[in-house]
Amino acid sequence: MKERRKILVIGSGPIKIGEAAEFDYSGSQALRVIREEGFESILVNSNVATVQTSHDMADKVYLMPVTSHFVESVIQKERPWGIMIGFGGQTALSVGIELSKSGVLSKYGIKVLGTGIDGIESALSREKFRKTMHKAGLPIPPNASAHSKEIALKAAKNIGYPVMLRVSFNLAGRGSAVAWNEKELAAVLERAFAQSGSGEILIEKYLNGWKEIEYEVVRDSMGNCAVTACIENMDPMGVHTGESVVVTPAQTLDNYDYQEMRTAAIKVAESINLVGECNVQFALDPKGRDFYIIETNPRMSRSSALASKATGYPLAYVSAKLALGYKLHEIRNNVSKSTSAFFEPSLDYITIKIPRWDLAKFDGVSESVSTEMKSIGEVMAIGRGIEEAFQKAVRMIDIGEPGLVGGAVYNSKMANEEILGTLRARKPYWFLYAAKAFKEGIPLKEVHDATLVDNFFLEKIKGVVNAYESKKGMEGMGFSAIQSGNMATGNMSIKQIDTLAGEWPAQTNYLYSTKKGMEDDIDTRKGKRKLLVLGAGVFRIGVSVEFDYGAVALAESAKKYFGSVSMMNYNPETVSTDWDRVDKLYFDELTGETITGICEKERFDSVATFAAGQIGNNLSLALEKKGIKLLGTKGSNIDRAEDRNKFSALLERLGIRQPNWTTASSIQDMRLFIERYGFPVLVRPSYVLSGSAMKIANSMQELIEYTEKATMLSPEHPAIVSSFIKDAVEAELDCGADGRNAIGVSMYHIEEAGVHSGDATIATPYVDHGSSDEMKEIALRLVNELDIRGPFNLQFIIDKNGANVIELNLRASRSMPFASKSVGTNIIDHSVKGILNRYDWNGFKEPKHNAFAVKSAQFSWGQLKGAYPCLGPEMHSTGESASLGRSLGSALLKSWLGVQPNRLPRNGVLVYGDKDKTTLKQAADILSESMTVSTLEDAPMHNHPTIAKAKALEMIHKGNIDLVITNNDMRAIDYEIRRSAADLNIPLVLNARLGLELAKSISAPMDYEEMKSYWKANGHKGRKL
Amino acid sequence: MPDKAYIYLEDGTVLEGEGFGSRTTRTGELVFTTAMNGYPESLTDPSYEGNILIMTHPLIGNYGVPAKKQSSGILSNFESERIHAEALVIGELTKGNKWNSSMGLDEWLSSEGVPGIQGIDTRMLTKTVRNKGAMMCTVSTQGKLKDPKRALDDKYTNINFVERVSPKKPLVHGSGKRNVVVVDCGVKHGILQCIAEMGYKVTRMPYDSSADDIMKEDPAGIVYSNGPGNPNLLDKTVESFRNVMEYKVPIFGICLGNQVASLAMGGRVRKMKFGHRAINKGVIDIISKRAYITTHNHGYAMLPEDVPEKARVWLLSKDDNVVEGMMLKENNIITTQFHPEARPGTNDARFMFGMFDRMMKEYK
Repeated sequence: MKERRKILVIGSGPIKIGEAAEFDYSGSQALRVIREEGFESILVNSNVATVQTSHDMADKVYLMPVTSHFVESVIQKERPWGIMIGFGGQTALSVGIELSKSGVLSKYGIKVLGTGIDGIESALSREKFRKTMHKAGLPIPPNASAHSKEIALKAAKNIGYPVMLRVSFNLAGRGSAVAWNEKELAAVLERAFAQSGSGEILIEKYLNGWKEIEYEVVRDSMGNCAVTACIENMDPMGVHTGESVVVTPAQTLDNYDYQEMRTAAIKVAESINLVGECNVQFALDPKGRDFYIIETNPRMSRSSALASKATGYPLAYVSAKLALGYKLHEIRNNVSKSTSAFFEPSLDYITIKIPRWDLAKFDGVSESVSTEMKSIGEVMAIGRGIEEAFQKAVRMIDIGEPGLVGGAVYNSKMANEEILGTLRARKPYWFLYAAKAFKEGIPLKEVHDATLVDNFFLEKIKGVVNAYESKKGMEGMGFSAIQSGNMATGNMSIKQIDTLAGEWPAQTNYLYSTKKGMEDDIDTRKGKRKLLVLGAGVFRIGVSVEFDYGAVALAESAKKYFGSVSMMNYNPETVSTDWDRVDKLYFDELTGETITGICEKERFDSVATFAAGQIGNNLSLALEKKGIKLLGTKGSNIDRAEDRNKFSALLERLGIRQPNWTTASSIQDMRLFIERYGFPVLVRPSYVLSGSAMKIANSMQELIEYTEKATMLSPEHPAIVSSFIKDAVEAELDCGADGRNAIGVSMYHIEEAGVHSGDATIATPYVDHGSSDEMKEIALRLVNELDIRGPFNLQFIIDKNGANVIELNLRASRSMPFASKSVGTNIIDHSVKGILNRYDWNGFKEPKHNAFAVKSAQFSWGQLKGAYPCLGPEMHSTGESASLGRSLGSALLKSWLGVQPNRLPRNGVLVYGDKDKTTLKQAADILSESMTVSTLEDAPMHNHPTIAKAKALEMIHKGNIDLVITNNDMRAIDYEIRRSAADLNIPLVLNARLGLELAKSISAPMDYEEMKSYWKANGHKGRKL
Repeated sequence: MPDKAYIYLEDGTVLEGEGFGSRTTRTGELVFTTAMNGYPESLTDPSYEGNILIMTHPLIGNYGVPAKKQSSGILSNFESERIHAEALVIGELTKGNKWNSSMGLDEWLSSEGVPGIQGIDTRMLTKTVRNKGAMMCTVSTQGKLKDPKRALDDKYTNINFVERVSPKKPLVHGSGKRNVVVVDCGVKHGILQCIAEMGYKVTRMPYDSSADDIMKEDPAGIVYSNGPGNPNLLDKTVESFRNVMEYKVPIFGICLGNQVASLAMGGRVRKMKFGHRAINKGVIDIISKRAYITTHNHGYAMLPEDVPEKARVWLLSKDDNVVEGMMLKENNIITTQFHPEARPGTNDARFMFGMFDRMMKEYK
């Protein structure tokens, strides 16, 4: 047989702010096309939590850092025919360009599939982009550089005021200013020249308040183009599109605006010789016809994922086909299955996207929404009106607000000036404050002046406020039962997204609910043995792509047992919201009200909540009480594990060790506990997921201070206080169970207990056999007691007496994809089997580990300006990277290097700390054998050269220190050091034990095997899994 | 409370909504357009004469209605002087809001005597038209009708709508040296503008002008324009086409003009189930293999087997095999079933006017 040609796909690595699950979605589609077309697919991606790194998506998966070094090693081994670099975000694109520049691609004769490197470069480099646009006669914002005050003033006059003054080559926009007239500009010029190292400043037309519009263009190798989406940002220019509320289709453009920009978008695509997909961003004068091209991304992007879900047009799928040489009209529209992909979707509904921020978790971070992205998740709501979609979207971001009106912000006691001040400061979720402003009677004009949001949208918000206040005309405005006080606001109907506004029948079931319809598009009663899977909803700190993996794996597995599998979720970035993977996709709210409404129509036989993270767990009991049958463990038993009091009593009764704890509803309760057990203690509310509001207290003062803050955060829950076991090892089991027996993987944390499990470096297998056997024995007892059927995660603290249970989650966990992929056993699949059948073994089974696996946390400190990088019981990481290896060192080092901006130090390491100094010193000693190690005079290591803070900062800025290893929270001493490192992309290791393991691993021999090969014993014939 | 309004369909469907625009009753053939914006252009498109128009995008009116802008009598932001659609059916009427808006959609419809109905599940209605075909329908913003059936007896196919929208005597725009005659069956101003912009004088002539009348104008080229209704009723227009084509003066047939061309050359034109009314449709140039996204507004069409023998199929819609354009090189004829001037719609096929321009320059 002729050998199949290989195509290498580059993934985007761990999730970070700005690069999230959208690249799991686009990469997965690319892999699907490669398989459909009969090629062999090879994927490089260290993001273990993704769907695309499941062994059945690509023929070969290299769970390795997405860097040119590691990709080259894969190229050497695999010799692919082609490479796709447009499906893994900026990370993949950058690696692709590096490989091209270093000659690796030409050396191995690898074809870049899709848009060529030249085109990509002309889009990405500011200067080349300017030239390309000029050449194509396309408008970009007028700008000019100046070396003197006179030239600057003249340039500004030519451009026209207001102007933005930028200081060239200064990081993070430092020194920039806006001048509305000549006088203002003259006043700031002097300081600007003083700050500019090069003596050069840039004068640019200031586009504040202009509209931001994006187009998605597909283009084939013949030059045929279709513009498949036009999306409108409600937030004006100056707010990053990832931070904006976005509506699709564009609502305020007339035919002329729309078509002139569309034509320009096509010209941009032509100018970079696009083959595939790009987005083009425009700034449009809200009071005239002028527009400018701001940028283009010649790859799949966050907005292309959003546009795919908003329109039903699968951009990544089509783009991959185009990269393989298809013409647009040769590709089928997979929704109608009869028309071609050469068309532009027409929407008979509205979608609204809202970002989700978690800034409250980061001390010191700037809370203003601006040109830099800080949000970590997004939702998309679909409705037949702006009001309906908007209110749904607000509920979807899951911040406790019941819609635009009627929630905490709406009912707060804010003075008018404070409301307007919040709007002007661009604090997150402006729409809640806009609604509040209308409630308080603040005129539309003032709200517009504060937000610069088009009055069209503000009028809509105002309409919602008026309806809510007057209780009139509330129908079809997206009010929830909580908001309307159970008043009838219309009947739910189910509508289909068909890309063609009803002109052609859809053959797929991409569905949403609306209260603005007169009929259902589908016969909801049809089908037998029907399962509904709930997805994880909005991503936030603590809920990310790993939960999407869970939902997708569950749906896939359930197809073997059910006649029809439906998915319900609303996160546009995800694979689970791909309408092509399940029988029906309900792109809708995960609220009791909506789920119940859809269940009444569909009459599902079962609903699976366990893949939906904490949202699913919180809904379980309520849904069960409504008579909905849950798949897996009973809702009442989930409650017994989730409710701290019930669970603790259960452990006590079973004689399972746990840290001492109490429920404290007053400071006095806490005092009594501490008198008995002492400090330190861990304080937290019930129902935690991401460690929100969790804290370790070492003294009464700390405890009181913190408790007051936490009580404010969660008034209906008392605080839970437990003894904190110092310096202990934390270990976990990720399992599936059938009510009696279990299968699972044991793991342990490299960092000591006290670091949130989502931030910890997790390794497998757990080698302390005594404890791991005890853990499994405890797990089995809980399985039998709670009749656990399905997936669960059990967390332990191991002290000198053995295993103490700290938490049981009866759901798919964050680490489940990692656990599954470390041994090649799909725990979700076993879970489904356990629910519907019995296992064919007795007791606890752990698959054999033939390799080590390590998972590292990806932080986004660089993006979160001002935040203090530090580990603790609160989770701060946004993503994860993992690798397998033949030694712990190999797995750890690869995993750590898979996290951005980590790289091996070349020049010098700074090691210092005020806790666990022996471990830190060991790390410093090992590192000093091969490189320069210095330590800080405020928290020094013995026998290493000491430097002052100022010197350390200087060395970090100059690049003489390119790794910082430290420990604990020392913000009084080293805030600037950690911050500078984060701002300058210098790797930070924030834990002594991790520092030591890394120091040891630097000399470990590396291995570069494909994921499945690690599941087999080294040098032996593989064991079938 | 807003007035209740009703829509009655030939198949017996009755829907209740809210009225806006003029308080009146109108009957016409119910069709839908999937264009998401461009309602000022669509409503004033003379090809919608006799049609009640559903807009499938649920929010209409968002940017209000601009004041008319014209040059030499050619409007640049509307397709004709008045609204031609008989009535408008939408999901939700919105408050207009844009710098160039002079009035709201509601006010505009009122001033033009046209009724509108909102609060309708337009997707449901669109699916009805898709499944059962375009049908007669009545919209009333004057309350329930006593005998809605009677008004529905008129049949769209039997009415000569072109007569209603074609000028009674020639109209001249601009002052170019050379003259393009537009046989005006209800021409869109977008077409007039595209020709005038190339430097030609435009002479619009009644749809029933004879070949002699046309040739007397010494045309550099002739456009057979778009227009409403059934092309099989237009004997005189077909005859004039058949006669002028012998002069080999460049001819551009657009939409209805394409159908007239087919009939003149012995081809066939059939009524479609519910037509093409959209601005998002791909057509393929089967000669060059290039493809374009184009604007469509037609209820009649040709399939490849309907094309006259001597003509060559030039453009095709891949989705349903409708012939979207023909060529007859030896007679200097090009035709398109879609609207290269768009409005509303893409600029992708504008270049076809350039082709026509080159044909006219080569001819003389």
